[in-house]
Amino acid sequence: MSRWVAANGWTLGLAALLAVLLVVTKLIQPDFGVSGLDSLARAALPFALATLGMAVVVLAGGIDLSLAAMMAVAGVTAALLMQGASDGQAVAVVLFVLALGLGMGAVNGALIVWTRVPDIVVTLAMLFVWQGVALLILKAPGGAAAPWLRALIVGGVTLPGIPVALTEWLPKAVVFLGVAMVVIWLPIRRSKLGLMFYAIGSDPLAAFRSGVPVGPTRIAAYAVCGLFAALGGLSLTMSTGIGEPIPGPYLLAAVAAVVLGGVVLGGGRGGLLGPVLAVFVLRLVRMDLTLLAVDPNVTTIVEGSIMVVVVMLGAVLAIKGRKT
Amino acid sequence: MAADAPTLISRAGRLMVERPLIPLVLLLFGLIGLLEFLQPGIVNRLWIANTIKAAIPLAMLAACQTLTMLTGGIDLSAGTVATITAFVTATMVPQVGVPAALLIGLGCAVLAGLVNGFGVAVARVHPLIMTLGTGLIGTGCLLVYQRHVIATGSKIPDFLIWLGIGRTFGLPNGLYLFIPFAVLLIWAQRRTGFGRLLYAIGSNEAATRVSGVRSGQVFFALYALSGVIAGITGLLYIGIVKTPSLSLALPLDLPSVAAAVIGGTSIFGGRGGYGGTIVGALILTVLATMLTLLQMPEGARRILFGLIILAVTALYVRLTDRG
Repeated sequence: MSRWVAANGWTLGLAALLAVLLVVTKLIQPDFGVSGLDSLARAALPFALATLGMAVVVLAGGIDLSLAAMMAVAGVTAALLMQGASDGQAVAVVLFVLALGLGMGAVNGALIVWTRVPDIVVTLAMLFVWQGVALLILKAPGGAAAPWLRALIVGGVTLPGIPVALTEWLPKAVVFLGVAMVVIWLPIRRSKLGLMFYAIGSDPLAAFRSGVPVGPTRIAAYAVCGLFAALGGLSLTMSTGIGEPIPGPYLLAAVAAVVLGGVVLGGGRGGLLGPVLAVFVLRLVRMDLTLLAVDPNVTTIVEGSIMVVVVMLGAVLAIKGRKT
Repeated sequence: MAADAPTLISRAGRLMVERPLIPLVLLLFGLIGLLEFLQPGIVNRLWIANTIKAAIPLAMLAACQTLTMLTGGIDLSAGTVATITAFVTATMVPQVGVPAALLIGLGCAVLAGLVNGFGVAVARVHPLIMTLGTGLIGTGCLLVYQRHVIATGSKIPDFLIWLGIGRTFGLPNGLYLFIPFAVLLIWAQRRTGFGRLLYAIGSNEAATRVSGVRSGQVFFALYALSGVIAGITGLLYIGIVKTPSLSLALPLDLPSVAAAVIGGTSIFGGRGGYGGTIVGALILTVLATMLTLLQMPEGARRILFGLIILAVTALYVRLTDRG
């Protein structure tokens, strides 16, 4: 038990911080309730999905600077194809966009493996490429989203047979996020592939000597990142109803949340729950500051400072840990 | 590796390792030739002057990336720092006059550089994250600052405009600032202790520390220097653009990394130099002209831009690996 606590200390701390922040929010704004929780969850959803994607590649020892651009490609593709599509066709569109995400990620990974250029440079170049693709698909924001998709993430959960009051506090967006995590990440984490992600993240050479196919594993990690990016882009289209070809501020936010979530840059250590909690912590801080009528630009400073201070603290702790 | 059978490729590889400038300059002239082929008569004195004018801020901002990359770092806050310096200076001029405004603007740049240096040297944060964070904080500060000066208006000092768009003897005035800057930097990186320390740290930081180098001090100085260079770039750039905005130098941010990488500076440290970066910046500028000339949609331009950066670096990595 105590070992479990020690191993997950960072995540537990974040969860506690999140709980404290929720209480603080309730104190600041006594009206804060179901609808507030819902809008928080919906605002956090694309950030959380982007962070999940980033966390996977960082765990595997890489970084993906093209994440936000891939989200834009997925978002505009979904919005364009869904225009005038029936519900059945919309399902096909969603599946196609997810496949597209996997493909884009795999292209990133394959280019890194094949060209042997550092991942930062490759994904930087691919950032331009995916931005260009998104602009070619859709010049200006437009398109549409199927109504049932929107219903999937708006409002609270209602289950037949259970009183509404019991479940409505849980936003659908959180459930959506949870389902995405469980369906995509849990099987990977439990299988050999997940272990191989961590292996190439902590030491590619050692992993190679233990028989891990480093190249294909790296491609797989980037593909999973692309899948999460596609989900993130999809969630943006779902919540706004249109596709936006200009990438949003998701890259920096994702890196910040990954680091705050206890994933070590350079790879090999950390999980996916921490980063997701970190996203909610960061969103909640922003929301609290807005509720306190603080200049929204000051919140950007606060966010950046939190990120830097946390990383500094983490780095100092890591140095101390190595010494003892 | 190819000692007994020197193939063309391995020779080219060795050439690129030992003299990376030669193939880069060849590539540059190849691109200019292609441009002339696409649109005969475009390459003239005016075009050359304009290209140089456009390449100077990029090359200067890429100096930040080159120096930090030599130690295995990166400075992603450079674009933001340049913007802050330019914006603060332009808005301070009506209030406190030109010299004081310049001092305040560059002071902000030094401060940002010192924060980066503190994070990298003392707290041992990865430079990528540290500079990203500083950039984020800086952007926030700038937004808040903008609200307070929104009514005061802005003025760009005349000599900055002269420096930015003026010409002497057919060449942009910025060049007369840039050449001493580049010479000083190349001399510093090759001949001074500080320059050699950058290479040493980039090659093997542990070995450097064991040899008695206080790498923390080097990082501190390096990132502060990078901040100053970014600030000067911002001042030069605002003379060219002539309108202070909050996203002034941001379009140069990622291309500055690309310029350093194309110029042969290794992102892992220890290899490269500023000479290549200058050629890299020129290559990128010529490339941008060419893509504009072909009248491609914005999307296709970005795709090509990305693919070319990738292709050049991939080729470079392939060739140097064999060498």
